[in-house]
Amino acid sequence: MTDTNKKVFTCIVCPRGCEVTANLDKEGNILSIEGNSCPRGETYVKNELLNPMRQLTSTVIIEGGIYDRLPVILSDVIPKGKMMDVMEALNGVKVKAPVKRGDVIVKNICGLNVDVVASRSM
Amino acid sequence: MNSRKIVIIGGGSAGIAAAIAAYNNGCDDILLLEKDAELGGILLQCIHNGFGLHRFGEELAGPAYAEKWKDMLKDLPVEVKTDTTVIHLDSDRNVTYVNPAEGYVTVKAGAVIMALGCRERSRGAIATPGYRPSGVWTAGTAQKYLNMQGYLVGKRVFILGSGDIGLIMARRMVLEGAKVLGVAEIMPYSNGLPRNMKQCLDDFDIPLYLSHTVTDIRGKDRLNGITISRVDESLNPIKGTEIDFDVDTLLLSVGLIPDTALLSEAGALLHPKTKGAKVDEHMMTSVPGIFACGNGLHVHDLVDFVSMEGEEAGAAAAKYVKGEFIPKKGYELMPGDGVSYVLPCVVSPDIMEDELEIKLRVKDNRRNVRLVLREGDKTIKEVRKLKTAPSEMEKVVVKKAELAAISGPMTLAVEDMG
Ligand SMILES: Cc1cc2nc3c(=O)[nH]c(=O)nc-3n(C[C@H](O)[C@H](O)[C@H](O)COP(=O)(O)OP(=O)(O)OC[C@H]3O[C@@H](n4cnc5c(N)ncnc54)[C@H](O)[C@@H]3O)c2cc1C
Ligand code: SF4
Repeated sequence: MTDTNKKVFTCIVCPRGCEVTANLDKEGNILSIEGNSCPRGETYVKNELLNPMRQLTSTVIIEGGIYDRLPVILSDVIPKGKMMDVMEALNGVKVKAPVKRGDVIVKNICGLNVDVVASRSM
Repeated sequence: MNSRKIVIIGGGSAGIAAAIAAYNNGCDDILLLEKDAELGGILLQCIHNGFGLHRFGEELAGPAYAEKWKDMLKDLPVEVKTDTTVIHLDSDRNVTYVNPAEGYVTVKAGAVIMALGCRERSRGAIATPGYRPSGVWTAGTAQKYLNMQGYLVGKRVFILGSGDIGLIMARRMVLEGAKVLGVAEIMPYSNGLPRNMKQCLDDFDIPLYLSHTVTDIRGKDRLNGITISRVDESLNPIKGTEIDFDVDTLLLSVGLIPDTALLSEAGALLHPKTKGAKVDEHMMTSVPGIFACGNGLHVHDLVDFVSMEGEEAGAAAAKYVKGEFIPKKGYELMPGDGVSYVLPCVVSPDIMEDELEIKLRVKDNRRNVRLVLREGDKTIKEVRKLKTAPSEMEKVVVKKAELAAISGPMTLAVEDMG
């Protein structure tokens, strides 16, 4: 038996999908991180161990657009556990066309310090 | 009959990029035809992020990536017709389209760029005989309903095939309140990008059944259950391995194939593996003056590469209409060991650009390999790879000078580093 253990992650920060290994001591402290092709992979794995963060995209109802739904995205990642809260908060949100890409649709959603913004103009 | 220098068919990522590049390479008479109400193609329904990292250095949602390209096109003198469907193409580059404003029109094109995208496979995906109740959808159709119209096709869902669209829909439907009971993949490996396995399945504890396929679907009018079975090495279901699921929806994510009806009509040779056209180093098909790019040529996983390929085709078509290339001799480029396909299929070193990007897909998941381009026994180029997977398109870039001495067919193979 050794005092270290390895945890393997698939980095999801970019499509390359590097396999990143974190070497941890008995208490779960990070000793080293390897396999990432860029520094963002390291940050990702650190977050993954402490507090996994995710981007979330969805749609809101739009009136007067060429489709019935406007795609939206978050201005920044949120804790993974909060995704469902945000989905619930978006339920029933309605906007009117015209909307421009980047327009804030909901400010500071669920108090997470991120905004919901329009992914496209419509 | 009216005539145009370049006609581009399909206004998705590939077609938009082709139009911009054709203009930038000196063509001032370009017509872009799109059957939908607006440009953008499949990306308009891909609301997830993950587009544009190579191109714009940021992770955009699909519609945002499309909008950035549409903005670049907007101010150029390219004529765009939407709601316009091309219905015929012949080998003399006569393009026939229909639209509500003009009816039925034929234009003669100096060059045609095929950027029609792909279709989802559906038939033959399920080995069950007979009746098909409602509730069986292709993943892309379900995606379009949900993301553009707000209609969720079902509440208890199973997904056949581990393609990226299915994985992305698994997450999306869970977030919208549906339960996704699992994904079955007939191959022993996943077809999706590793990141989608992680963020779409693992994150939501959705089980992936590798080497499994759907062997029964139940329900009369509406689907109410399915059965999956393990398959053996020849992909035949094994008796006694059945697992039942009560579901109202089955999504099919079993692959995409280039849309080539028009290409076939024009007499272009098709590639047995990609199911798209066979092209040369300038993305030209076997029919002179007809070019192909994007998912209509071979299925891509990254839109950034689709745009790049559109640009190559656009630039090449612009040169073609100026009469700038007449090849002396083309040499065949063939897949070697471990490679499922390579594009282009023919290379003419005398007229190629300074650099040629050879695109390929490998046959299986491997580690520590090299991709080797050879003419006979002679190695022309070698590229090391830490890992390769059939789900990821690989590229080998060769310089014009490296191909200067070629005098026969070339092969591209995967080999162990040893
Ligand atoms: C569901 C899905 C998810 C994806 N996810 C990602 C991802 O996360 N990241 C990433 O980088 N890439 C992703 N991709 C890949 C990428 O989006 C596509 O490869 C790319 O957008 C394809 O562009 P295209 O122009 O070749 O085809 P399309 O976008 O399909 O464009 C083809 C266009 O041609 C038009 N057309 C077809 N037939 C005719 C006709 N007869 N006359 C006139 N017009 C016609 C169509 O209406 C369409 O607009 C995804 C693809 C799909 C399908
Ligand atoms: S480590 Fe860097 S290159 Fe690798 S997947 Fe993560 S972000 Fe992409």
